[in-house]
Amino acid sequence: MSDIASRVKAIIVDKLGVDENEVVNEASFTNDLGADSLDTVELIMEFEKEFDIQIPDDQAENIATVGQAISYIEGAK
Amino acid sequence: MELKRVVVTGLGALTPIGNTKDEYWEGLVSGKSGAAPITYYDTEKFKTKFACELKNFDVTEFIDRKESRKMDKFAQYAMVAADEAIADAKLNLDEVNKLRVGVIWGAGIGGLETFQNEVMNFAEGDGTPRFNPFFIPKMIADIAPGNISIKYGFMGPNYTTVSACASSANAMFDALNSIRLGHTDVVVTGGSEAAVTIAGMGGFNAMHALSTRNESPETASRPFDATRDGFVLGEGAGALVLEEYEHAKARGAKIYAEFIGGGLSSDAYHMTAPHPDGIGVIAVMKNCLENAGLKPEDVDHINTHGTSTPLGDVAELKAISEVFGSHAKNININSTKSMTGHLLGAAGAIEAISVILAMEKGIVPPTINHATVDENIDPELNLTLNKAQKRDVKVAMSNTFGFGGHNACVLFKKID
Repeated sequence: MSDIASRVKAIIVDKLGVDENEVVNEASFTNDLGADSLDTVELIMEFEKEFDIQIPDDQAENIATVGQAISYIEGAK
Repeated sequence: MELKRVVVTGLGALTPIGNTKDEYWEGLVSGKSGAAPITYYDTEKFKTKFACELKNFDVTEFIDRKESRKMDKFAQYAMVAADEAIADAKLNLDEVNKLRVGVIWGAGIGGLETFQNEVMNFAEGDGTPRFNPFFIPKMIADIAPGNISIKYGFMGPNYTTVSACASSANAMFDALNSIRLGHTDVVVTGGSEAAVTIAGMGGFNAMHALSTRNESPETASRPFDATRDGFVLGEGAGALVLEEYEHAKARGAKIYAEFIGGGLSSDAYHMTAPHPDGIGVIAVMKNCLENAGLKPEDVDHINTHGTSTPLGDVAELKAISEVFGSHAKNININSTKSMTGHLLGAAGAIEAISVILAMEKGIVPPTINHATVDENIDPELNLTLNKAQKRDVKVAMSNTFGFGGHNACVLFKKID
């Protein structure tokens, strides 16, 4: 697993209180990992802080799964 | 219309002298102080370096980590105390009509630590507003009853009353009236506060409201003692399940006491100082007795507001003498804030629990830390100094007064 992927997954485990095994690339934050709308906003903010990037709201709307988060951050770095 | 009778069927307490209702009572009767040096932050530059924090409290033993992270401490404390009270009431959650169960809570401030941390975080940044999406819903004072209703599915009236240190007495009185008027069958009520924070301590210190007896925290809260120098801040929660009498009887519930009446008034005088003639405080106790349909001579015990401030304690006792006349000397008067510190918006709730348990056990908890007689206090009054006293308490009153001149008083009666 890339460094970015493992850091992203660690944030998700911490913020959503889910088991590491559930945090697979295809997992949807809301449908599979129990996030509500505020959790999702918080996750995006944590990604911004951890990776020192800005994720505009219109792009954040397209980040719905673990895999999408990792690809977006890899592209932004 | 005829008012319904209201009884107390469940209690929960999370306090600096005990983390459950039973531990709290043990702390009260044994005269335990909850004050100690503050552990939450560096107090070096603060005038007051101690408070009554909760002890050995780990929220994750009660609320899962994901949920607790979304709650300020004041809301966590509310949930823990409410859980205990609801379990104590043995409410059957499958049978009760949840549309007729309310949660009416009290908080003087709300999520102060959350507010403080979010603003500090912003101030340390480059001006970009990166506020946590849970900032507002964690902080707002009404979220505590909101969370309780979400957990239990209680769909009756749901809100928080805010009247500083009178908040939870206001909440209890609203809860009483809701059931009396037939709007609800059951109301979970009480209050919580978590202001032992940099902003809370700094703010109260700036008002010169807090004791600065740093060399002896456990004796600092000394209501009615001539050398008292301000209140000691406490934190925690108290919860009560109130229930319509017939509803409680029909399900065979344990009944602690009847909640017989309440009273409200305002000083209309000063933001923080008590009225020198105690007009508002006299009025609130009279209102309460009238609301309950009782006479001054019926009252056996008063848990005072008694915060250990120079002006407030004397003014309250003078008002008691005025309202109760020659009967005042027969009343067991105490201030349990000598042990718990001042829980602000939760004070009314934990003190109501104290008087209800005093009635149940036949013991009045003491006013600890009394050493020096204050000549401004009538020596004939029984202030239950330093040691608990046995007393068959049939009717007990609890006073709370808040900054802003808010006065609230509640009255409980033993059920034979």
